[in-house]
Amino acid sequence: MSTTHPSGPAAGSTPPPRDAVSTSEPIKAIRLRHPWRVVFAVLLMAIFALFVIDAAFRPAYDWPAVGKYLFDRRISMAALVTIQLTVFSMVIAIILGVILAVMRLSPNPVVKSVAWFYLWIFRGTPVYVQLTIWGLISLIYTSIDIGIPFMDPWVSFSTNAALNTFTLAIIGLALNEAAYMAEIVRAGLLSVDKGQEEASIALGMSWSQTMTRVILPQSMRVIIPPTGNEVISMLKTTSLVTAVPFSLELFTRSRDISAETFNPIPLLIVASIWYLFFTSILMVGQYFLEKRFSRGVGDRQTDKSDPAPSTGAITGVVPVIGSGQPTVVLPPKTDAPGTTGDGGAR
Amino acid sequence: MSATTVGPATTVDVPMVLAEQVTKSFGSNEVLKGITLEVKRGEVMCLVGPSGSGKSTFLRCINHLEVLSAGRLSVDGELIGYRESNGKLYEMAPKEASKQRRDIGMVFQRFNLFPHMTALQNVMEAPLRVKGLPKAKVESTARDLLARVGLADRADYYPAHLSGGQQQRVAIARALAMEPKLMLFDEPTSALDPELVGEVLDVMKGLAKEGMTMIVVTHEMGFAREVADSLVFMDAGVVVESGLPSEVLANPRHARTQAFLSKVL
Repeated sequence: MSTTHPSGPAAGSTPPPRDAVSTSEPIKAIRLRHPWRVVFAVLLMAIFALFVIDAAFRPAYDWPAVGKYLFDRRISMAALVTIQLTVFSMVIAIILGVILAVMRLSPNPVVKSVAWFYLWIFRGTPVYVQLTIWGLISLIYTSIDIGIPFMDPWVSFSTNAALNTFTLAIIGLALNEAAYMAEIVRAGLLSVDKGQEEASIALGMSWSQTMTRVILPQSMRVIIPPTGNEVISMLKTTSLVTAVPFSLELFTRSRDISAETFNPIPLLIVASIWYLFFTSILMVGQYFLEKRFSRGVGDRQTDKSDPAPSTGAITGVVPVIGSGQPTVVLPPKTDAPGTTGDGGAR
Repeated sequence: MSATTVGPATTVDVPMVLAEQVTKSFGSNEVLKGITLEVKRGEVMCLVGPSGSGKSTFLRCINHLEVLSAGRLSVDGELIGYRESNGKLYEMAPKEASKQRRDIGMVFQRFNLFPHMTALQNVMEAPLRVKGLPKAKVESTARDLLARVGLADRADYYPAHLSGGQQQRVAIARALAMEPKLMLFDEPTSALDPELVGEVLDVMKGLAKEGMTMIVVTHEMGFAREVADSLVFMDAGVVVESGLPSEVLANPRHARTQAFLSKVL
């Protein structure tokens, strides 16, 4: 049935024989011109060039000062502090986020509500306000006591002594971020097919084995792109810790320097260059992480050997600019000769 | 790899699966309305029936993926999901329940292979993590199993790079890696392209020949006729008719069986 050509009533349109299609000439045609594309491109480039040339000679930018402060020791130390703030608070936020996400999926209604309440508070108030409150925490809780409630504490120390502004900044950033991470992780966990959990359970795997070996690795593919965004966002949010007040990170430090020199613009440019430098590195890192966790759905045939000579199909991950998820190209279904059964049972 | 694992508690009389008045409701919807049946050691039973008749639900009850609403179900003389002492039933802790599931292999309609692991890793996962066997031994067993389902050369492929038929055969190898005493197949060929059905059925035929006890929910009447020792026709949550496949398929006694078979044969 399928080998014969469909012969419709249209007698005049005889389909050409199959071989003719593959041997026929490639199409030669005059290319369609797009004059407006060229016009807009030239216009945009002209505007951009004008802006750059203008900026290069505009005294307010004070490029010599930018060059002078870019590798200033105070600035590079502040950049390091910004990285520390980002890394520490992100690590805490991710751990706390996973815990909160699992809590939200718990069958226990109290556990679920506690997680919901946490999210409600920390997502519902501005991070700047939260950081300010953390800065004033020693006014609310003057001492940290460890012991049995309503009895004399075993250990007690003053909040001011125990928590410096750096620690408070990290706590503030991390607790706020954890609320967002919890939602990202939850979406990741829910994105994994229910059949995966059933298959692991049916094999006798425990809940924790199912989570760590099957569900979490697969949800990573969904979790990593938005988490990368959160890391980049966190890097920039660190500029708000002046609310605590903590003043040794990149932005506050450059503001402090410019307060002495009365020349704010070049220092803002310096800070921006450092932020851009870090976010660019993070974006590259994110690309490789995404590649790693798209194993089995992405481009790589195997970890070690034999790049599937029998398939011959082009497979790959095509990164699409502007979308977090790589576009996945799957190979067509093929079957090696000799492995196919005769289907005689039917 | 021998298919017949003989446990210490084995006596000839104990059926592999014994279901007594198994009932299951989802909310007010009663899906199983008192299923009573028995599967002997080494028997291959095919469950057939229209979709929504409760076949898959019953299968899932056998390894406690679904919890019974009423009735009793035991595998190899052991009550599934509950401990009984002094005439009282105690719900099993997850650890005990998963211990029971180790001995029951399950193959799903949608394969459910772990997509982030290669075929070999899929087969090795459970013996390695659940049984804690040494890696070298697990790997050689896994390679043997893949060879047995005809996929020795596909060990390092990810599921996405395998055809549906190949994926399902890996899934069977994965289930066999735990050396189960009972294999459950939930419409193993329903999600496959027609030309890939044969290769999966061939593997199942081989298993049946080696004496594995199998319960197969299927629409493949040819397979049922050729391989099954018994055929059970279910409709609307009850067993309508059961017996030798040749008899049920040739002379269905019940009107509903006749109506169903006239559509699928």
